[in-house]
Amino acid sequence: MPTVDFEKIFQSKIDDDQKIEPLEWMPDAYRKTNIRQISQHAHSEVVGMLPEGNWITRAPSLKRKAILLAKVQDEGGHGLYLYSAAETLGMSREEMINDLHAGKAKYSSIFNYPTLSWADIGAIGWLVDGAAIMNQVMLTRTSYGPYARAMVRICKEESFHQRQGFEALLMLSRGSKEQKDMCQDAINRWWWPSLMMFGPRDSESTNSDQSMKWKIKRKSNDELRQNFVDMIAEQIKTLGMKLPDDKLKWNEAKGHYDWGEINWDEFWEVVKGNGACNKQRLDARRKAWAEGAWVREAAAAHAEKQKKKTTASAA
Amino acid sequence: MHFNLRIFRYGDIPEDKSGGELQQSASTKNDWPLWEVFIRSKQGLDHKHVGSLHAADAQMAIENARDVYTRRMEGVSIWVVESKHVHASLPEEAGSLYDPAQDKIYRHPTFYDLPDEVNHM
Repeated sequence: MPTVDFEKIFQSKIDDDQKIEPLEWMPDAYRKTNIRQISQHAHSEVVGMLPEGNWITRAPSLKRKAILLAKVQDEGGHGLYLYSAAETLGMSREEMINDLHAGKAKYSSIFNYPTLSWADIGAIGWLVDGAAIMNQVMLTRTSYGPYARAMVRICKEESFHQRQGFEALLMLSRGSKEQKDMCQDAINRWWWPSLMMFGPRDSESTNSDQSMKWKIKRKSNDELRQNFVDMIAEQIKTLGMKLPDDKLKWNEAKGHYDWGEINWDEFWEVVKGNGACNKQRLDARRKAWAEGAWVREAAAAHAEKQKKKTTASAA
Repeated sequence: MHFNLRIFRYGDIPEDKSGGELQQSASTKNDWPLWEVFIRSKQGLDHKHVGSLHAADAQMAIENARDVYTRRMEGVSIWVVESKHVHASLPEEAGSLYDPAQDKIYRHPTFYDLPDEVNHM
């Protein structure tokens, strides 16, 4: 059967570490999984602009404001790279955006938590972007070519995000008592949600095995999460702050940190849409889309008019 | 491009396992056209493909490409081409297109074994 051959050829390319490019034959499930994952990633970048955008007008200095603007602009760009990569698999931009606005497509749950103080902006850069980077560095080696290329570009830009966040917290950690408290409070609130970003435990992650076989993912959720804990547990010493986990302890034998347990009930509640800001985020996206409609229409009308003019003058 | 997709959403979580939904890839009539973006990173180098974006017309495509792809001095010149004008060779033709070059190793300088005296030829 020819279909069997296609599947075999496809898997042998993957095993051989070759990238898969848009026009090549691929199993439906591979296409589907990539569309789901890449578009969800794109939505996360775009929705991710909202909690940070919340602080642009209230940044404590002009320098911090410029940095935050640049970072939020980067996130918008990352959304674009990813939407473009997903489009190469045959789903239109409009469909993806409609699915997001209809509540059918998900985005990273982390953005359903509120940004209550300026220190949250630092914590997001350090912890949230730090967790995202662990995942994204892995994805620069993912098997679908356009996704991998988008990730290379994103990773280059993302490292500034994490560094600016850590630096902002470092300033607070060296400041007044109020500033120190604010810093610790932000870390307390963002630590556990950041760990949830890596997804369910390996034993409960339904898509993982196939994704590993297709090299869409190259490390498991638990493996990435452990790497992240090991990294942050060291970095926090520089801040002189504490992670909100009594069980956090270096394990000499394992060569890793031991740590406590994620509140999985909270995890699933937020995924299902019952987080603090799920509604607010989607409302903000829908509003922006609706209020931008006239701009999109006007630009299309202008382009059409110009085209007619050029055709007329050429005739 | 038109084909049927069974979509599984992120967040199709174990306890409410749904079978995904069937949907046909819709037309893109409401999207602005897609453009491919090429950037010359500095004078003297080729323009290189960097990605794509949607824009209503060429001018907007260039301006958006500037905003998205050259925020960190990545380029000194931009080309945009509407994606529909790009014609590509097909992956399934790779064999007939590129295999004939495989047995012509004499086209490479390393095929020729020369005395050491002329090492740098």
